Amino acid sequence: MAPKKGQAPPPAAPAAAAPDADAPPPPEPVPPVSVLYCAVCSYPPEYCEFGAHLTKCKEWLKEEHPDLFDKYYSDEALQTKVGTLSLEAQTKLEKDVAKKEIKAEAKADAALKKKMASQIIIKRIERNKRKHITSVFGLEAFGIDLKKASKQFSSKFATGSSVTKNPQGLEEIVVSGDVSDEILEMIENEVGVLKGIPADNVELVEEKKKKAE
Amino acid sequence: MFKKFQPSTDIAGHTPVKSSIQRSIRASVLSQWKIEPETLEAIWPKKEGLIHVKCREHISIYTVHGEPLIFQHFDGPFYPTLKLLHKYPYILPKVQVDRGAIRFLLAGAHMMCPGLTSAGGYLPPADAALPAGSPVAIHAEGKEHAVGVGITKLGTEEMRKVNKGVGVETATYLGDDLWALQTL
Repeated sequence: MAPKKGQAPPPAAPAAAAPDADAPPPPEPVPPVSVLYCAVCSYPPEYCEFGAHLTKCKEWLKEEHPDLFDKYYSDEALQTKVGTLSLEAQTKLEKDVAKKEIKAEAKADAALKKKMASQIIIKRIERNKRKHITSVFGLEAFGIDLKKASKQFSSKFATGSSVTKNPQGLEEIVVSGDVSDEILEMIENEVGVLKGIPADNVELVEEKKKKAE
Repeated sequence: MFKKFQPSTDIAGHTPVKSSIQRSIRASVLSQWKIEPETLEAIWPKKEGLIHVKCREHISIYTVHGEPLIFQHFDGPFYPTLKLLHKYPYILPKVQVDRGAIRFLLAGAHMMCPGLTSAGGYLPPADAALPAGSPVAIHAEGKEHAVGVGITKLGTEEMRKVNKGVGVETATYLGDDLWALQTL
């Protein structure tokens, strides 16, 4: 039994409207070369060997693109590579890469630790006797887009919200109105863009207006 | 140029480019790169306005939809970003460095003449010689894709003769801060 597939070939696409048989075909844009980039170090995979995460890059490539892995890391490929470089330089390169890798790992570790330790400060600032604004500081350490977060706050609370530089030159979100508890709740519930923040790192602070000097 | 580049501190502002200036940029890009008008149209449609991102030290980056495509130093030639060059590798003339130089290139060094003239290197033949000050794609021995974009400091024939010192000044390279920048 012939399977269904060969039944009705789709009607041939209308011959791409050729205006004039004699005229040269209209120039087409040249399609771009699609380049694969390593998900670990963002280089094209052939350059991973110069990156700082060679081991991880190799793992990634082996899993995602085994054919390319064979192309770049098979014994043959390694042989030809060594052929073009003196042995001494090659060993030096390998040593350097290993060193770099260790360094990069340590760096990543430190960055993660720093991220986990960084605090978010929600500050309630008195404007007038009964009016307050709320400033949220330190969200960017968790990779949150401040502009988007501020937009979210302003639409959620129906108040003004902006990203401003504080006196130290660092960016913070200022929301008008006393919404510190609500923001804390939002962070705990990971609403919208506020994701990946451990609730323990959030601190509520109150700032009273200084007595007139 | 982009070894240390932080969007937060190094960018002075974004401004849409006037259409008359866009026209002149388009014309000079077409004359400086080996690119067909149709391809340029595909990368940068006429309808889409170019955004000029002004950076410190007279560097201008031009973006379309937030994606950096072209950059320029002062009044110099236009360079494609490395990502653009990977997509359209033929738009700039090619030079190649040997394997030993890749390491230094990825650390941001300028390319010295011996690395270009040695067995693993490649310079355009004498009949296609490049003058000093032309933008080039820097390829590497045994690699398929370009590893950097640079500008020749000496003519290619001169490089062969002198064979010493800086031959190609690196403008951007794989893994620098412009590379890490996906959008602006």
